[in-house]
Amino acid sequence: MKPILKTENLTHIYSAGTPFQRSAVEHVDFAVYPGEFVGVIGHTGSGKSTFIQHLNGLLKPTEGRVLFNGQDIWSSARVTHETRFHVGLVFQYPEYQLFEETVYKDIAFGPGNMGLGAEEIDRRVREAAGFVGIGEELLQQSPFELSGGQKRRVAIAGVLAMEPEVLILDEPTAGLDPAGCESILAEIRQYHRAKNNTILLVSHSMEEIARNAQRIVVLDERHIVMDGTPRDIFSRAQELERIGLDVPEVTKIAAALRRRGIPVDASVYTTEALKEQLQSLKGGGAGC
Amino acid sequence: MSMLRTEHLSFAYPAAEGGKIVPVLKEINLEIDRGSIVAILGHNGSGKSTLSKHFNAVYLPSGGKVWVEEFDTADEAALLEIRRRVGMVFQNPDNQIVANVVEEDVAFAPENLGVPTDEIRRRVDASLAAVGMSEFTRHAPHLLSGGQKQRVAIAGVLAMEPECIILDEATAMLDPKGRRDVLETVQRLNREKGMTVIMITHHMDEAELADRVIVMNRGEIYLDGAPREIFQKVDELRRIGLTVPETVKLLDALRQAGWNVPLSAISVEECADAIAAAMQQ
Repeated sequence: MKPILKTENLTHIYSAGTPFQRSAVEHVDFAVYPGEFVGVIGHTGSGKSTFIQHLNGLLKPTEGRVLFNGQDIWSSARVTHETRFHVGLVFQYPEYQLFEETVYKDIAFGPGNMGLGAEEIDRRVREAAGFVGIGEELLQQSPFELSGGQKRRVAIAGVLAMEPEVLILDEPTAGLDPAGCESILAEIRQYHRAKNNTILLVSHSMEEIARNAQRIVVLDERHIVMDGTPRDIFSRAQELERIGLDVPEVTKIAAALRRRGIPVDASVYTTEALKEQLQSLKGGGAGC
Repeated sequence: MSMLRTEHLSFAYPAAEGGKIVPVLKEINLEIDRGSIVAILGHNGSGKSTLSKHFNAVYLPSGGKVWVEEFDTADEAALLEIRRRVGMVFQNPDNQIVANVVEEDVAFAPENLGVPTDEIRRRVDASLAAVGMSEFTRHAPHLLSGGQKQRVAIAGVLAMEPECIILDEATAMLDPKGRRDVLETVQRLNREKGMTVIMITHHMDEAELADRVIVMNRGEIYLDGAPREIFQKVDELRRIGLTVPETVKLLDALRQAGWNVPLSAISVEECADAIAAAMQQ
């Protein structure tokens, strides 16, 4: 399978040619394939924001290339422009970017810029609102009258309505309560299943990454330092801690159990999996 | 003596014209002990942040009273005394830094309190040392990481030499290391200086560190007790949009599968001990 999005030797230097020159990503080679759900982790300042802003052409590489479906996104102004519709980016605290009079108009803004007809825009607005649980009755309200969680959903719907082939979410649950976090993530999973598109989820919560991503990319000091399945990545607890990250709490419990001589898998990262392992160990021990 | 006390505290935001007044806090009676670490939990809109803003007179009660030590927060003459005693750190580090140099930022509050220059110098140095940021004294705050900025914000509060510090979701925007740094800092301040710490948080693992957990729901206190009591109420917490630490989640799942493990083993080590003991049964 061909990657949908790829970076080759991607390097970005801020304030190049001034005394304040500093690089934020260096020589990053990365490829993501259609339908993947990738978690992106890295401490503040590791370069992950700079990295994701290259993926839809918000930042231009100082060196190297970004390819969408094999084509350099900077090959022409038209391609750069279109990439922004193919690769949708939901920023942190996206609710601060709402601006329209009604929820409907806000969600319709992106597809409107794509030059779509009114009927197609209408279909997309309703479908995107449906994915994030924004009911018909809210579409004609002002987005500013909604609760924080609803505002955030409207902002996400505005990106979904462009039907991007790659959706990038930068900390979509920051500041929400546990139920709010879980329902937004469930909506994203549902959207991923329905559309089978590609998703990149940036998060500081290892639990969130563990429960959703099929693959994890770890950034540190301007480079991708790990890239693998959650099992691979979370079995490297000490390395993760050294670079300011962590493993899910469940993985820590597994490590504590192993120290007590209980041979559970060291890289287990969900409650269900650890429970299953303990069940079979206990069953085995009792000789059933 | 208690650090903070509320008596029949009620609060409502002024209604828009023609709108009806929605109470945000209803008849809250609460006493917070000096030197304790208290976590306040609740879903978005439960009133937890509004409650905390009453603790240093950012908000004044619509009904009832709030005392900081012996000072009534409604007494304008006591405002300076109250603000000096109770400092707040907010969610976004970028919204709380006012100066271009770390030490000037930390000196901002004591300068406003009219503290003499020599004393300001002493406090700035001591506060930055207390949060482990001495080596950044002359740095520009905007070049620091999120966790470092939050520690500078905490130092700015410490420079007022408060008796109580309130963290209003102060770790929400931080990476795991930033969170660890901030939490270790406030735990140490509590241990070494006996500072009262109030943490408003959505992170259940932060609440584990507290002596006491208060759960807010619909403007009222829904649960109040030690973490190991509160987190056993798995279903009650889920019903109001909250969750329990991962340790309790696992223990709960095992209990439902017939294991004899207590839900009170909330730390990772306790949880592993409880499971190891049950394995041998």
